[in-house]
Amino acid sequence: MRYLPLTPEDRAAMLNTIGAASVDDFYQDVPQSARLGGQIEGLPNHQGELAVERHMSRLAALNTTASDVPFFVGCGAYKHHVPASVDMVIQRSEFLTTYTPYQPEIAQGTLQTLFEFQTQVASMTAMDVANASMYDGSTSCAEAAVMACRVTKRKKVVLSGGIHPHYAAATRLLCEAQGIEVVQLPTAVDGELELANHVDETTACVIGQSPNVFGTVTDLSSVADAAHEKKALLVSVFTEAVSLGLVTPPGEMGADIAVGEGQSIGGALNFGGPYVGLFACTKKLVRQMPGRLCGETVDAEGKRGFVLTLSTREQHIRRDKATSNICTNSGLCALAFTAHMTLLGGKGLRDLAVLNHEAACDLADALEAIDGVEIVTPRFFNEFAFTTPLDAEAVIAMLEERGILGGVRASRLLPNGQMNNVIIAAATECTTEEDIEAYAAALKEIV
Amino acid sequence: MGMQTIGRPTAPFASDAIANDTISGSRGLLQHEGLIFEVGSPDKTGVDLPKPKGRTDRLGGVARKVDTGLPGLTEPEAVRHYMRLSQRNYAIDLGFFPLGSCTMKHNPRLNEKAARLPGFADIHPMQPQSTVQGALALIDELATWLKTLTGMPAVAMSPKAGAHGELCGMLAIRQALIARGEAGTRKRVLVPASAHGTNPATAIQCGFIVDEIKADARGRVDMDDFKRKLEHTDDVAGIMLTNPNTCGLFETDIKEIADLIHDAGGYFYCDGANFNAIVGRVRPGDLGIDAMHINLHKTFSTPHGGGGPGSGPTVLSDALAPFAPVPYVTYDNDGYHLIEQIEGEASDAFGRMVAFHGQMGMFVRALAYMLSHGADGLKQVAEDAVLNANYVQARLKNVMTPAFDGFCMHEALFSDAFTADGIETIDIAKALIDEGYHPMTMYFPLVVHGAMLIEPTETESKQELDRFCDALEGIAKRAAAGDEAMKGAPYLAPMKRLDETLAARKPVLKWTPPAPEAIAAE
Amino acid sequence: MSTYYTEDHEWIAVEGDIGTVGITKYAAEQLGDVVFVEVPEAGITFTKGDDMAVVESVKAASDVYAPVAGEVVEGNGDLADAPQTVNEDPEGKGWFCKIKISDAAEVSTLMDASAYKAFCEGL
Repeated sequence: MRYLPLTPEDRAAMLNTIGAASVDDFYQDVPQSARLGGQIEGLPNHQGELAVERHMSRLAALNTTASDVPFFVGCGAYKHHVPASVDMVIQRSEFLTTYTPYQPEIAQGTLQTLFEFQTQVASMTAMDVANASMYDGSTSCAEAAVMACRVTKRKKVVLSGGIHPHYAAATRLLCEAQGIEVVQLPTAVDGELELANHVDETTACVIGQSPNVFGTVTDLSSVADAAHEKKALLVSVFTEAVSLGLVTPPGEMGADIAVGEGQSIGGALNFGGPYVGLFACTKKLVRQMPGRLCGETVDAEGKRGFVLTLSTREQHIRRDKATSNICTNSGLCALAFTAHMTLLGGKGLRDLAVLNHEAACDLADALEAIDGVEIVTPRFFNEFAFTTPLDAEAVIAMLEERGILGGVRASRLLPNGQMNNVIIAAATECTTEEDIEAYAAALKEIV
Repeated sequence: MGMQTIGRPTAPFASDAIANDTISGSRGLLQHEGLIFEVGSPDKTGVDLPKPKGRTDRLGGVARKVDTGLPGLTEPEAVRHYMRLSQRNYAIDLGFFPLGSCTMKHNPRLNEKAARLPGFADIHPMQPQSTVQGALALIDELATWLKTLTGMPAVAMSPKAGAHGELCGMLAIRQALIARGEAGTRKRVLVPASAHGTNPATAIQCGFIVDEIKADARGRVDMDDFKRKLEHTDDVAGIMLTNPNTCGLFETDIKEIADLIHDAGGYFYCDGANFNAIVGRVRPGDLGIDAMHINLHKTFSTPHGGGGPGSGPTVLSDALAPFAPVPYVTYDNDGYHLIEQIEGEASDAFGRMVAFHGQMGMFVRALAYMLSHGADGLKQVAEDAVLNANYVQARLKNVMTPAFDGFCMHEALFSDAFTADGIETIDIAKALIDEGYHPMTMYFPLVVHGAMLIEPTETESKQELDRFCDALEGIAKRAAAGDEAMKGAPYLAPMKRLDETLAARKPVLKWTPPAPEAIAAE
Repeated sequence: MSTYYTEDHEWIAVEGDIGTVGITKYAAEQLGDVVFVEVPEAGITFTKGDDMAVVESVKAASDVYAPVAGEVVEGNGDLADAPQTVNEDPEGKGWFCKIKISDAAEVSTLMDASAYKAFCEGL
């Protein structure tokens, strides 16, 4: 077996050193009834690299890839171009095959990149501090809600009607398990500011999203003011990190906690994971943050170095009093994020964001020229919702027949058949003029 | 003679001088490298984008006011930045990484290649299901492997990591209690003192309260204490138990524990972090458990990546299966389907844990690993992992203090009893760095004083283990003799010991530009 | 003014009905370098044994229990910026908070200096 270095002679010699007759001796503590006689039934035996590769390639070939068709699917994950050097960096053995940097003397590579990552995320969100990453945007949102309850010692959170429904579901799940009341405002394309009318003295936080799931961008400053007046927090959510290059970021709106999905920078679509959760907050809340934090210090010779710090918040020390149960995060995805951001720089990020917006504007122009198609998102970044006279599920299927992945029907995200004729479509720097023409031509045929 | 005198000296010149400080800050192959904020500049970039037309008309004025000011690096600078930093990291591809409880095994490159196939990497979670049948088939195939290897009837694939899998299992237990109408009263979860910190943290996240069970002198659950905890049962929600446990031992009384917790009306959550010791040899389903997460990044060799991403599919018993979270994959004559809404057959689901379907990239890697090993190879994995651990224990038992008598499973646990006064576990760990090894897990589990937990995994050769044991034997002898020089280790790493007190007292969590007066003073 | 001690290594210096609370020199030494202290705000009330403060080293977080019942009249705000004071002067400038003692009888259940010294020697 190609991954197992021990030879039969090694095994015999080792058993001899140990003083055991066979490996069965090591399993004597297993209850007799649970000991398997031979190998587990119902699974194939080992295979060579070629056979495994062939099997995987066959499965992969059954899927339609985003690069092969005019592609407009978004809603929390976005098709962007990732520079080749980013993948090279994350395939370096020293980053790929190392552990959480608990031994800082031999992990400065990981630690310095985390410190750079935290600085980049803090700058992009315009917040004071960012942690070293979470699983993804949705779980970050849930953690932000329970963090707000810890900070305010209150037990109610209010979700806007434009929060990504999957984010809302993940948040509701964690909150309800902890006895936190969750108020969900009715689904609305442009209703984020409504949050300001639902804050009272018992509210821990209000959670708004910009751009929201329908693509609507909103300045949440008035919501922040309303929240702060009642000593509640504003949690500001984003699912498209590239938007931070152009759209008003959480910190400029007075958010106390900013959370979002970082997949758009450095990450592939990966059918939903692994992604990277971004989590930032104001300085005074840092000790209530979940997840790992990397901080600057010096070594015994006074040289600058980095360590994981404020660890007493975490489960491996605080156990039942930890701020979260999170342990493993998204280290390698955070590395891809920071490497891609390092290549972009602030100027590159802004240009990339403008290109995304322009692609979406071009798409909107082309689609709204079709009779019966109405863009319903009033202000957007790179994604918007539109209606057609037909059922959206049928439209998506007919587009697919014409070789176009035209977006997400809102009814797939929303329970109870809400918004049956709404499609959410995204465009990015990967979207070409030909893609847009093909989409518009096909849609015109359909409606 | 026609004497030719042009040339250079070809034999080395012996000198005692050591170049400690260099002008460049580099030390030979170890290159000096600053932060990107010191290396790059805000007007540079390493990507060539088309020039935007500058159109922002549909933004409605919701525009960023202050630029990020973040620096960019051109590609050659960026590549060098990360290469230089990479050389300050230890890694499994470089050497032995005996970190107990973490299962640092070789990460096959085939798995990386498979995960990067565009058919897996370049598909969107919200594409029409008809366009991702291969991806859904892969999830279903991996689920079949996990269910068969564990002997369990169902598996939730969406948890993002081990701790997230714990959350999944405990939320399933909570939902089962809600269905029984007992969620309000059954709040107490029993957790052994030796548990991973994630266990009590998870129980609290799910609204339970934690009741700690003692360990006995054999490193297992103290059955007397456990039974005492069950004298009153109407508030018992369940138990969270790691098996093999964090002392590297199989819980001998596990079936009795399962029976007693079930009799008490509770459920049995098993932390599957140490599945590597028993994969292919023991099915947790035969032990009476109700839920167990599987760390694909441990047992099934998806890379740790410096702290993730992980993946924590969670197998569930018949009692908990109806409450599994959405989404999940089903199959019928029309092909594979993703059940995404809590309705119909999924109406008892406890909810949705994440935005999408789980860690697909990790699923591909794990399945490639399983297919490579097969059922026969996976059994050998467990046996070699356990053999290697026992070999390390046997080689070191005379110079170090094994925490418990007898054979271990996949990791060998020592206490610091053998060290002289003044020498601590951390000194041994740091001395290992100078010998070219990553330290073992230290000070965990908490039930053993100055714990040193060594998990070699099956991907180490006997030769490598012998070299490691020789080195650790030498260090252990120095520790027993009270060699004060160990307090300064590591001496040969890229950095000396770092000041964690300073980092925690005055947290500096991001780079800030030096103040103008500081620049002027330079 | 007399000072009393608990088995959990808190001290309380009593003057009238006001008690100043901190952790003992023994505890400070056991904890190692203190990096963070969270002291209670004025107005919060505790019963004896409640968690009233948190003291953290790099690798541990410990709860500080109220030695007797009372209402906090002042927290030591200086510790936020200078947690090392707890190491440097645990039974002086490193005090955590002052409380208005609600039941003087509870004080008499605590150890005096010599009893606490003997208690520590027995550990």
